[in-house]
Amino acid sequence: MKRVVVVGGGPAGTAAAEAAAARGAAVVLVDDAPRLGGRWRGRSTPPRGVEHLAESEVWAVEPVPGGHRVHVRTGPADGPDRTGRAIEARALVLATGAHERTLPFPGWDLPGVLAAAEARDLGAAVGGRVIVAGTGPFLLSAAASLVEAGVRVRAVLEAGDPVAEFLARPAGMAAGWRGAGALARHLASLARHDVPICRRSAVLAARGGDRVRAVLAARLDEDWNPVPHSLRRFEVDALVVGFGFTPRLEAAVAAGCAIEDGFVAVNAAQATSVAGVFAAGELTGIGGAAAAEAEGAVAGAAAAKLLGARVRAPVGALRRAGAGRRFAAALAGWYPIGPGWRGWVRERTPVCRCEGVSYGELRRAVAAPGVGGARALELATGAGLGWCRGRICGRNVAELAGLPEDPAAFARQDVAAPVRLGELAEEAGEVRAAEIPLS
Amino acid sequence: MVVVGAGIVGAACAEALSAAGLRVLVLDRDAPAGAATAAGGGGVLVSDKDPGPELELARASRRRWPELLDEVRELIGTLPAEVGWEAEGGLAVAVSAGAIGPLAALTAAQRAAGVEVEDLDSASARDFEPRLTEATTAVAYFPEDAALRPVAVTAALLAALRARGGEVRGGVAVTGTAVDRSGAVVGVRTGAEAIPCRAVVNACGPWAGHFSETIGAAVDVVPRRGVSLVTAPLPRFVGRGVRDAEYLDASGARASAAVGPTASGAVLIGSHGGPGAVDDDRGVAVLRRLARGAVRLFPDLAEAPVRRAYGGCRPSTPDRLPVIGEDPRVPGLWHAAGHGGSGVGLAAGTGRLLADLFTGRVPVVDPEPFRVDRPELALEAGA
Repeated sequence: MKRVVVVGGGPAGTAAAEAAAARGAAVVLVDDAPRLGGRWRGRSTPPRGVEHLAESEVWAVEPVPGGHRVHVRTGPADGPDRTGRAIEARALVLATGAHERTLPFPGWDLPGVLAAAEARDLGAAVGGRVIVAGTGPFLLSAAASLVEAGVRVRAVLEAGDPVAEFLARPAGMAAGWRGAGALARHLASLARHDVPICRRSAVLAARGGDRVRAVLAARLDEDWNPVPHSLRRFEVDALVVGFGFTPRLEAAVAAGCAIEDGFVAVNAAQATSVAGVFAAGELTGIGGAAAAEAEGAVAGAAAAKLLGARVRAPVGALRRAGAGRRFAAALAGWYPIGPGWRGWVRERTPVCRCEGVSYGELRRAVAAPGVGGARALELATGAGLGWCRGRICGRNVAELAGLPEDPAAFARQDVAAPVRLGELAEEAGEVRAAEIPLS
Repeated sequence: MVVVGAGIVGAACAEALSAAGLRVLVLDRDAPAGAATAAGGGGVLVSDKDPGPELELARASRRRWPELLDEVRELIGTLPAEVGWEAEGGLAVAVSAGAIGPLAALTAAQRAAGVEVEDLDSASARDFEPRLTEATTAVAYFPEDAALRPVAVTAALLAALRARGGEVRGGVAVTGTAVDRSGAVVGVRTGAEAIPCRAVVNACGPWAGHFSETIGAAVDVVPRRGVSLVTAPLPRFVGRGVRDAEYLDASGARASAAVGPTASGAVLIGSHGGPGAVDDDRGVAVLRRLARGAVRLFPDLAEAPVRRAYGGCRPSTPDRLPVIGEDPRVPGLWHAAGHGGSGVGLAAGTGRLLADLFTGRVPVVDPEPFRVDRPELALEAGA
């Protein structure tokens, strides 16, 4: 079992695979998308000497003597013909990235309300008039992509005040100067197209019958409570929302990695609390593609070293990864999520779209004496139980319910990805397939 | 009176003690109903108990649950629909020729003990459960089997306790007891605070053994892991608890799949341990075994997406009987623990029995087999 398995094909994962393969390790790169690259649209061809398993989801990670056994299903996510296999790994690099965080507000479930990454990929198909709202630098990137594609972005509503936050806490900017260049390009592009960027503003509600037709926007105070009499209505064809990113922890939780402040805890060599398991990229902090790539390169080298390769310290990558971590911490400080969003939610607002649990139902469940704790709560209301399995709703539900801060609570699963009972029931011919022929 | 542990067993004990006129404070180191209770499938079963003390307690508990829920409803005004009391009976299914004999032996023994059992042929079994496999060789219907929703019921029991002036505090860990010169319990310590009380009930579920050690009166209760699978909602797929009788075959695996409905329409698949079952295993192999067992009973389940798998803890004793009664080593220390995978079903009977013993009433079942100093528990003398 002298193999490195990398999970995730974004910048961190591909860099890890490349770094490990360059040091002579046999590498399997598992990614759930049909093509490599991840959300950042990084490189789409696998690095040299790396076996790439596309459309493959890791649904379980088991410790075995000398490493881990990674259970994978390959094939279109909802298709009937997925095949299963188990891959033994001496070293495991987790680079599963992050998904966008969405906050609930009245109308957030209407057709035409899109996540920022989704909207960026749709381009002109998003619609004619669009409002982009939420928080974080990715909003600017999405808005710039849309205007370049010919969409009329009426305004970008940034709920935070990153300029003020930055002036209060400028440290970390130097670490992220590459990202700052991209940001400046996006700002220039938006300025060219006369797109106003409104700080401390947010969409409080989306209106429309069959799809979103209008949004109600307001100015916010520092805690994201709406400023009285500042409500304004915009006619729109689509609303694009994004509230930063939240790491995809399922595989890391399945592997038993320690989580700190919502992210996988790693040391300077990207090693997690579990021997033989490394983590890189947005699992460890939201710092952008460059930071993720650097962490991946460090993790890949460390994984190769675990296999016995003679590895010189990847000094450049270590330095860039360290800078990336400082930038990620700074970003988190510049774009905090204000507690006032909880006041945007109304009784009938769905807080778990997949299970159709409304805020009212959640509130009643919490008010019922004796209910508390994420597990008890999800059994009582079903919230966080849906197909997204808490990825989208879990954290919001926990905050609305006033549960103790435990972002990993809803990721605590023995099955880390969707799988059908019949697939689970299959005889373990998988053990025979454990040794994948490596080209 | 302090009850330590706000799971369903602790809540039922506290309710029963308060109904007997005692002032009860329930302490839990976390939130109520957060551990084994939250992971429980909700079965109130008689069909899976071998004749003997556990079956007697199960039958007493089964009789007690509907009365208890009525009393709680009367006390707190309304009972939320979420308590989900369902008296739909249950099926034990044999799907191989080898399982016919052992199932027949169980049903004969249960009948002799007074449990209602109906033998069904394959066609009438499918009248009960249309999705059941056609390949059954024998099916027994147990009309007394029932189900409830453990978290909601625990919340209702605690609400009843509060209505009688009792109190529930979460996030409070009991770190020790205070004893008088004779060694009898006179209070509990929660860190710096000391709470005086007449008696303490150890209802810590999977941690009952750990807690008993903390207070210097160890009983042999250890957490064993059980695993459950939950499917996506499949409304009306299964109407009642259905379990594979195969574990009765001593030559085969000692645990089998149990399939049942949930309030959200999802199908819950649990492992069902027979006598002597080893249910401490974990990992992918266990999930596969559960999935195979479920698909064997209900072939259509093969297409069902798994929403999640979760591990629960089963508080187990060496002889697989709960420990209910006063600790002879420490006057004033009571135990209500070690219910294995049946705590939800046995809670109502356990609460009643504990209150009977505490108040000197005629006990609802013979308490001897559950006593703390029975030889099977190999209790260390003195405390």
